[in-house]
Amino acid sequence: MSPIPYSQAIRDALREEMKRDPCVFLLGEDIGKHGGAFGVTRGLFDEFGPERGIETPISEAVIAGAAVGAAIAGCRPVAEIMYMDFVTLAMDQIVNQAAKMRYMFGGKAKVPLVIRMPSGAGRGNAAQHMQSLEAWFCHVPGLKVVMPSTPADAKGLLKSAIRDDNPVIFIEHKLLYAVKGDVPEGDYTIPLGKADVKRAGQDVTIVATSRMVQFALEASDRLASEGISAEVVDPRTLVPLDLETILASVRRTHVAVVVHEAPRRGGYGAEIAAEIQEQAFDWLDAPVARICGEDVPIPFSKALESLAIPDTDRIAAGVRHVLGR
Amino acid sequence: MPKSPRSGRSTPHPDFDPLALYRTMVTIRLFEEKVGELFTAARIHGAVHLYLGQEAVATGACAALEAEDYITSTHRGHGHCIAKGGRLDSMLAEIFGKATGYCKGKGGSMHIADLDSGILGANGIVGGGIPIATGAALACKLQRNGRIVLCFFSDGASNEGSFHESLNLASVLTLPVIFLCENNQWAVSTPASWSIPIENVADRSAGYGMPGVVVDGCDPLAVHQAVQDAAARARSGQGPTLIEAKTYRWEGHYKGDPQTYRSRQEVEEWRRERDPIVLFQHRLETDGLMDEPRARRIHEEVQRAIEVAVAYAEASPEPGPELLYADLFAEEGSEP
Repeated sequence: MSPIPYSQAIRDALREEMKRDPCVFLLGEDIGKHGGAFGVTRGLFDEFGPERGIETPISEAVIAGAAVGAAIAGCRPVAEIMYMDFVTLAMDQIVNQAAKMRYMFGGKAKVPLVIRMPSGAGRGNAAQHMQSLEAWFCHVPGLKVVMPSTPADAKGLLKSAIRDDNPVIFIEHKLLYAVKGDVPEGDYTIPLGKADVKRAGQDVTIVATSRMVQFALEASDRLASEGISAEVVDPRTLVPLDLETILASVRRTHVAVVVHEAPRRGGYGAEIAAEIQEQAFDWLDAPVARICGEDVPIPFSKALESLAIPDTDRIAAGVRHVLGR
Repeated sequence: MPKSPRSGRSTPHPDFDPLALYRTMVTIRLFEEKVGELFTAARIHGAVHLYLGQEAVATGACAALEAEDYITSTHRGHGHCIAKGGRLDSMLAEIFGKATGYCKGKGGSMHIADLDSGILGANGIVGGGIPIATGAALACKLQRNGRIVLCFFSDGASNEGSFHESLNLASVLTLPVIFLCENNQWAVSTPASWSIPIENVADRSAGYGMPGVVVDGCDPLAVHQAVQDAAARARSGQGPTLIEAKTYRWEGHYKGDPQTYRSRQEVEEWRRERDPIVLFQHRLETDGLMDEPRARRIHEEVQRAIEVAVAYAEASPEPGPELLYADLFAEEGSEP
């Protein structure tokens, strides 16, 4: 096992699945020689040729729609949307077509497709390039939603997503692409719908997603030095959600804090908090707290951008607050 | 009344039977009349968008396809489904929302699909099927399976962004797809003469570097010829074609539409002068291929088949509560 960047883990998953299954192909903007806006598919075009690394014009609606059509006609497309923000241009095909086809057609269609897209703020690209829109997809029955926080998770989950017979929204984080981590050698998968306890603790459960897992772990280190033992749970897939792992943790720690980068209002954290309160109310010593992005577009200014999304300090402060410390 | 182009007398393809075309057109006509009647009598709920007046388009087009080819359809899709080989009983059961319907009653009129017959689904979103057809054509090309895709859409859909993106991509990737615009003159209450600032939707093909063909959508042989040519082009790797069939929507946008936006006279003119079934019947009679008693017999046989299908649909059970969550996700994957 050797540490590799998150982006390479994703590329390895793509390469391995393309080798394993001739039905798998890539399509998206600038994914060929250029290797994608973030270099994730670099080298795959040369390795697999233009028929399996299909460059498209800038046209998100037909990228998503072509993935849907190819999927129901027997392929396993993996589409890339350059920035998650641009998925707004493809929403009909994802929400009205991909998500509903199987159900609406009475189980006739199989729609095995993955749409990868990088979310997240922190690199100064402002309001139309930095959003985290995962809650939208979680609200649409028929989609699976994956949000990995580490290279190992990204690789194992992407391989499962590609092998899944359903539409999967695979949400990467731009600021994780360069982050390295250990990835198991060889062919391995992580099942969709299985949370991971990233750090064990007794006093508080922090449920965090994507890049916020890193910050939650850093906050936990800091809190440990203050005598607070935090458990960090990463759901890894939001749909299906492994609520059992979250509830089991909360029933031990009696305190829950939910952290995500997306705006607080209507965020997926509200769903997790509501489930905890409905299903583990008697175990709770405090209301479930949420530490989320502010309800504003991501501002350009470095000073303002850092205020718009949670960080290690704010997570640590939030945990202290909910514990009354 | 917009002028329809005259189509030449195309020689019928040796593989196809003009009487079979006539029967299909009559089936669509009588099926849609029956659906309209059932809807007005409140025996079916929701909404229905009838294909009356456009029978020649689906019939002529689908007759130029092979059984394994694909189509994508629209909210006005019953005719496409019948022409591509859909079963009347399964269709009607679906329109009744019954468990025996094509979609177990979960799709209804606007979402009939039969993937086994290559029918990739009707669609409730105007223009929603165009990218899907493009993707299915991409799959055909990648799999080298020799299949092609016929994409039905309307004048209204040709103003959607999905139309532009799809035709552009299909041309860039040289995909085996035929984009067949049924210009029925009306998008809900909006006339194509206003919403499309050029004479022909087919002229838009120039922007995508593909052939654009205008045909008389009231003539099944003209439609058939155009689709056959486009199919040959698609199958031989020359890429997509845009065909515009000029036709007319006899009914309102939906059954029950008061149609305050257009004149009764306009509708009557099309019905009286451009009825595709009457025109085709005259032609078959003139060519000595069918006589009046034969035509009547076809009508009677079709009518009986539709009555049987209606009885089947009405007698079929409602979907049970166990179907509420069924088929939301496929369980199996591609694990070796």
